[in-house]
Amino acid sequence: MTASITASAVRPAVVRRRTAARRWLSRIPYAVLAIYAAVAVAGPLLVDYNPIQTDLANRLLKPGAHLSSGGTAWLGTDGLGRDIFAQLVYGARTSVLIGVSTVVVSAVVGTAIGVTAGYFRGWLDTVLSRGIDILLAFPAILLAIVIAGSFERSVVVVVGALSATAWISFARVTRGTALSVRERAWVDAARVLGVKRRFILIRHVLPFTAGPVVALATLEFALVVLAEAGLSFLGIGLPPSAVSWGQTIANGKQYLATAWWISGLPGLALSLLIVSIGILGDQLTARFGRGQLR
Amino acid sequence: MLEVRDLDVSFGRARRRFKAVDGVSLTVGPDETLGLVGESGSGKTTVARVVVGLVKPDSGDVLFDGKPLGPVGRRPASLQRAVQMVFQDPRSSLNPRMTVSAVIDEAWRTHPESAPTGDRTAGLHQLLDDVGLDATVARHRAGELSGGQCQRVSIARALAVKPRLLVCDEAVSALDVSVQSQILRLLVDLQQRHHLSMLFISHDLGVVHQIADRIAVMRRGVLVEEGVATDVLSDPQHEYTRSLLDAALELTKES
Repeated sequence: MTASITASAVRPAVVRRRTAARRWLSRIPYAVLAIYAAVAVAGPLLVDYNPIQTDLANRLLKPGAHLSSGGTAWLGTDGLGRDIFAQLVYGARTSVLIGVSTVVVSAVVGTAIGVTAGYFRGWLDTVLSRGIDILLAFPAILLAIVIAGSFERSVVVVVGALSATAWISFARVTRGTALSVRERAWVDAARVLGVKRRFILIRHVLPFTAGPVVALATLEFALVVLAEAGLSFLGIGLPPSAVSWGQTIANGKQYLATAWWISGLPGLALSLLIVSIGILGDQLTARFGRGQLR
Repeated sequence: MLEVRDLDVSFGRARRRFKAVDGVSLTVGPDETLGLVGESGSGKTTVARVVVGLVKPDSGDVLFDGKPLGPVGRRPASLQRAVQMVFQDPRSSLNPRMTVSAVIDEAWRTHPESAPTGDRTAGLHQLLDDVGLDATVARHRAGELSGGQCQRVSIARALAVKPRLLVCDEAVSALDVSVQSQILRLLVDLQQRHHLSMLFISHDLGVVHQIADRIAVMRRGVLVEEGVATDVLSDPQHEYTRSLLDAALELTKES
């Protein structure tokens, strides 16, 4: 304690510069995510791309090469002559769309189940908790593969298959919060007053799960985006007419030695997104995740 | 008015089951304050929680005007609001995210028949004034208030539904001494004005002495002594009461 006080007294300028730098660094993930969001929303309006249209004359072009039509393939083309940059832009939209809808679906379902189990306890909690344990014993991606594989490929099926396991973490976290909040005197006070159970849940328990749920949502978003790419890579995710980073990576796997950019660039885009969300998630967990009540 | 007969409550299961309350009977008459004292773990809080319906007794009757008080949620609305409680921890007895006006409004929405006719804002200000709070407090979130203010709001919430019996479970124990005496004076004052009966639970004989008409002493789940406050305090019959009194006197001497 004394040491740090002396140090900051001796070198205040250095310390100040360091905290300023840290603050600046901590904003990078926000900037990265803002760029992804902007690309996902606005990109497809500016860039024209049709995944079914092939251009074999311009196949496997390096990044920055000239197209026979006179344009430039800034990030190269794939084995069927399709532009990689356009695939990244359209793929960003797919990833964000699937990620957000899966997280929303699983957060709503998981929170509803978790809060109910934690608040009412008893046999309901036992049944739900044991059900969750059974689901947890099953590898998440395997369950998603089974579900996605047994239906026709579509966005709804992918969201459903990914939500089938993603809700579990939300249920577990919110169950814990509900278990501790229900012991608070304000819940007892509301019961003594005669407030209806659904209002107690909504007004006195649910708001306190918001912090942990938001922190968890970011982490789940990263996992979902990754899992979607995995499903599409395996050919059981989105239909071929949709553009997904997973499909682009899969398309490039036979050219890894000769044309690294087909798999490499979408892989890079995916990694950067996951890492940024991960850092953001850690920041949110540090701020809200500990179940702080205020 | 309130009658508790042969109350048995136990917690835990099978071999680890223990009796928290063992055959306790007591009554609280109209406009009367019964002080329930005992050391921590003596079962007095459990008695309070049974009376308001938060804990289900193993056996025994809890009657209000001769009618049985069931568990919370199963009581008819008129009985539900007739018995209200003020809790020990002032901070956690209010939802920290709700404003004071939302807390009171919830009580009124739950029991519309107790809400003021006409302007609710005026009614709210009147209620806050009754418990010695400024009208500006209404806008604040419970999380921003001091302990004493929180306890006043808790009392206001209980009074909002016009109860007939107020159960105070260590309602002043978590407050510092000066605030303690303010809240005690407030409770005495409100009791007289609103014709409340009170079940006042405390481990502190000095506090009970200031507010109770009659005193009941509990030890290890059993009622050991009961009587008019002045008698119990001046001439305790049970040795446990005597030791409690001695302990309280020693503290007074030291301070």
